[in-house]
Amino acid sequence: MKPVRAVEGRCVPLSRSDVDTDQIIPSEWLKRVERTGFGRGLFSEWRDDPQFVLNQPEYLGATILLAGARFGIGSSREHAVWALMDYGFGAVIASSFGDIFANNASKQGLVTVALSSEDVDALASLVAGDSQLHVAIDIHDLTVEVPSTRWRRTFDLDPLTRERLLNGWDDIGLTLRHEGEITAYEAGHHSPSLAGVFDAAGHVTS
Amino acid sequence: MAGRTVYDKIWEDHVVVAPDGEPTLMYVDLHLIHEVTSPQAFEGLRLNHRSVRRPDRTLATADHNVPTEPLATPVSDPVSRRQLEALDENCRDFGITLFPRGHENQGIVHIIGPELGVTQPGMTIVCGDSHTSTHGAFGALAFGIGTSEVEQVLATQTLPQEPAKTMAVTVEGKVSPGVSAKDIALAIVSRLGTGGGAGHVIEYRGPAVSDLSMEGRMTLCNMSIEAGARAGLIGVDDVTIAYLASRPSAPHGAALDAAKARWRHFASDDDAVFDAEVVLDAADITPSVTWGTNPAQVVALDGVVPAPADFADADARQSAQRALDYMDLAPGTPMRSVPVDVVFIGSCTNSRVEDLRAAAAVARGHHVAPGVRALVVPGSHRVKSQAEAEGLDRVFLDAGFEWREPGCSMCLGMNPDQLRPGQRCASTSNRNFEGRQGRGGRTHLVSPATAAATAVLGRFASPSEVLA
Repeated sequence: MKPVRAVEGRCVPLSRSDVDTDQIIPSEWLKRVERTGFGRGLFSEWRDDPQFVLNQPEYLGATILLAGARFGIGSSREHAVWALMDYGFGAVIASSFGDIFANNASKQGLVTVALSSEDVDALASLVAGDSQLHVAIDIHDLTVEVPSTRWRRTFDLDPLTRERLLNGWDDIGLTLRHEGEITAYEAGHHSPSLAGVFDAAGHVTS
Repeated sequence: MAGRTVYDKIWEDHVVVAPDGEPTLMYVDLHLIHEVTSPQAFEGLRLNHRSVRRPDRTLATADHNVPTEPLATPVSDPVSRRQLEALDENCRDFGITLFPRGHENQGIVHIIGPELGVTQPGMTIVCGDSHTSTHGAFGALAFGIGTSEVEQVLATQTLPQEPAKTMAVTVEGKVSPGVSAKDIALAIVSRLGTGGGAGHVIEYRGPAVSDLSMEGRMTLCNMSIEAGARAGLIGVDDVTIAYLASRPSAPHGAALDAAKARWRHFASDDDAVFDAEVVLDAADITPSVTWGTNPAQVVALDGVVPAPADFADADARQSAQRALDYMDLAPGTPMRSVPVDVVFIGSCTNSRVEDLRAAAAVARGHHVAPGVRALVVPGSHRVKSQAEAEGLDRVFLDAGFEWREPGCSMCLGMNPDQLRPGQRCASTSNRNFEGRQGRGGRTHLVSPATAAATAVLGRFASPSEVLA
């Protein structure tokens, strides 16, 4: 993935909690075998509603999504992350995230910023007052700020996720540096494999 | 030294290396694959000239997309067909055993692992599907991963992991007759909320959990993700061992005896300490139904639709109002008075033979209410064959239910089994999210017995109303 040091831009307030990954990208979009083009499916059911916030012209081109508690719960579909990024988002700010979603996001370079619900509400109020508000997230310093005001908060990100984002590291590449250790582990590990369990046609042998 | 939990034991057994300043590399014993979350992972392998490290620890089945019409019916949706073909090609190219549509071992990925006996205690099991926690019923550490991680496991058979926190969820006492594993699961999700288990691996414990069959335990572990948990599991006991001993691919003879001794290790020590503990009283658990759009929005089948004002915090009130609007329900409405259009009995939560027996016992000699469409989708071909050997297919067909081929089906509506906008469904699946079963569809989660009674009466109903 590409290194990510900062995400800046305008913010879309999605004032809902428990936004599950079925809402982010409905299952009809999951039949595709590609990794690209999912932006059109982002929140597709909600986008049918002309009043939905992403349909408001003032938020076109926003790069940060501001959500409520437990964003990205439910299905493990990484397509949710692909859809957000393909649409143009570089970061999601919420008071909490679904574990699998946050993990998937970290693999793709989508920044997940967890703030207290009070801070999320405060930022949402600022955005409500000025849809063109410029918000800046710094991955190196772990800060979110609104440069035009004095509003500035720090956030937590586990050190490895931060390093991976800053350096654009690829987990598989990192892991393969330990290939010797994996081979050694396998030599001493006796959990049953499927060897001999099924024949070439997939029928159970024995 | 403090006693260890099942999670601690499995974790310690699977540490490949714990480098300074990096997460631990955890070994994966079994990687389950299906057509939806794997194609981009295989593409990544090809782009990087990587191979599958352990095809003998990788097993694939077609489940999410497959039509449940008779097997002679072609896959009419070209996009679904392309994805199923991609799974065929990928498994062939990389030497992975695949159970395609129509194969005797095909079925929902979380049904087939346990029934074949490839899911065993002490293993680490992953799959690009959040309901992988189902396999935790066997004292295994099993959890869902995204497609990047699918690629990582294909290439390296390991995952970088930080240790999870542990949570004991203990259900004391005995449940009343008519209360199923699904009702226990809904009670737990309701209690914890959609985020209560975040960062934790839940271990289900207590007499009401020990009393469950393996199939009931799978239902319980299946819904761990609905409480936000990374995984859910249950320690090994005699029930686990008896189930495994009869599985087609489990060890036999002397190897079985050795395996039994090894498996029994995967129960928590008496003095094990958990990071969090939650206790429920089985006596408080009743047959339940969800009323809203997340699986924690649960009410007793005997209860009424709640009002937003019933909830203490503002966020829950707002969620409730949104859910009521979407579900087109008014506060105070008795759940038993709410009519349904569709009943779905299936999914990795409730499509095993015991689920079908429970539903058939209610349906037998009755008929689906006029205007209601009721589908029964067995979890696998083995479940389907077993049910047919017991005559359950006849019971369902005589009662006006559809008896279909195995797959994920209407749980998530990736195949043609979908709700139409505005339709209301009593479903034995795991998620009542907006549009989950089809755009604009309204889902209420229930147990198989409740689903069958609801089909017969055309409104939410308990088996006693049908059987009286």
